[in-house]
Amino acid sequence: MSNRFFEYLLRLGDDRLVLGHRLSEWCGHGPILEEDIAMANIALDLIGQANLLLLKAASVENAGRDADALAYLRDAREYRNALIAELPRGDFAFTIARQFLFSAWALRQWEALASCRDADLAGIAARAVKESRYHVRHSAEWLVRLGDGTEESHARAQDALDELWRYTGELFLTDAIERELAHEGLAADPSAFRSAWQKDVDDVVARATLRLPAVEHWQQGGRTGLHTEHLGRMLAEMQVLPRTYPGARW
Amino acid sequence: MVSATPTRERVLAILDTVKDPEIPVISVVELGVVRDVECGPDGVTVVITPTYSGCPAMKAMEDDIIAALDAEGIGGARVRTVFAPAWTTDWIPDGAREKLRAWGIAPPGAAHDDPPVQLRRAGRVRCPFCGAGDTTLRSEFGSTACKATHYCNSCAQPFEEFKAI
Repeated sequence: MSNRFFEYLLRLGDDRLVLGHRLSEWCGHGPILEEDIAMANIALDLIGQANLLLLKAASVENAGRDADALAYLRDAREYRNALIAELPRGDFAFTIARQFLFSAWALRQWEALASCRDADLAGIAARAVKESRYHVRHSAEWLVRLGDGTEESHARAQDALDELWRYTGELFLTDAIERELAHEGLAADPSAFRSAWQKDVDDVVARATLRLPAVEHWQQGGRTGLHTEHLGRMLAEMQVLPRTYPGARW
Repeated sequence: MVSATPTRERVLAILDTVKDPEIPVISVVELGVVRDVECGPDGVTVVITPTYSGCPAMKAMEDDIIAALDAEGIGGARVRTVFAPAWTTDWIPDGAREKLRAWGIAPPGAAHDDPPVQLRRAGRVRCPFCGAGDTTLRSEFGSTACKATHYCNSCAQPFEEFKAI
């Protein structure tokens, strides 16, 4: 069980760590001050969640690695995040559209995990449900403003959805690891909340006067370490300090 | 070891002097971060729960708790973090809410479970400075993880709210 649970905790943690880092890239570059602060705060929540999940993963693995080692000393092939999290931040519309699609999914996932059989994970989830509600509300409100805004903002928001939608299928893929853990009450089976998520997305996309594109080829691979070219570059920046100065403290 | 095991009440009284590093008018006890105190033959353990998953003040609070107990002769105290039940602003007592307001931070309303995808937050927050109800939400995020920013249309003052969660 422990190897599978470790793997599952990495998936949960890496989604938040990678997306949190992408979001943190906006710090100091937001379109307005309030938004700069909002994105930094959401990034902080996600990286905080990732820290708790990787701490738990490290204790389950019990191999002498701590949360920092998992975050800073794994290469791209060892990362288990969904591809949608690692795509470059793009423009503001792309960042908002991704945040909405991810947060609406993460909220449902956390809600399901709040009753999971592992007390630590259930507690982390109960805490994160509350944070995720703010993330969903914030990104949904912005997506509607952009979609139902100017010609320019509408076009950019539509471009973002057209690019991102093909990455959402991976959020609902399950393999034997997740199915067995879900059966044991230790994981959330995403098929259980797919229709609720789809309804949330349809509702906001309609209000935003946007449309979801047809997809011919769904992108996937992150859960087994097959990433886009973007993750390696992101990790190079994220990991440079602890890799250059091992054990550095300040 | 010369000192006897301190009582739970004494430890709690000391912890009530440890303030939130970002909001120095309310204590870690009033904030609801301190969940329990265990006084045993092995020493004192303070059980805490985090406010937000990524709140950077949590580490400072842990260090401040240990330092405050140490200064009162209770050395070697430990801090243990628990995650369940999840922290809620409903644990902040009325007296502490008034301290927040007097410090210029609108206190949190009741935390309730809104529908997941709701575009607008219902209700307005009363201005902590002039008491007017005619205020505008500027952002649900603020200078710390726990605050939102508003603007008072009556006294033309921006202000923060300790948001309900």
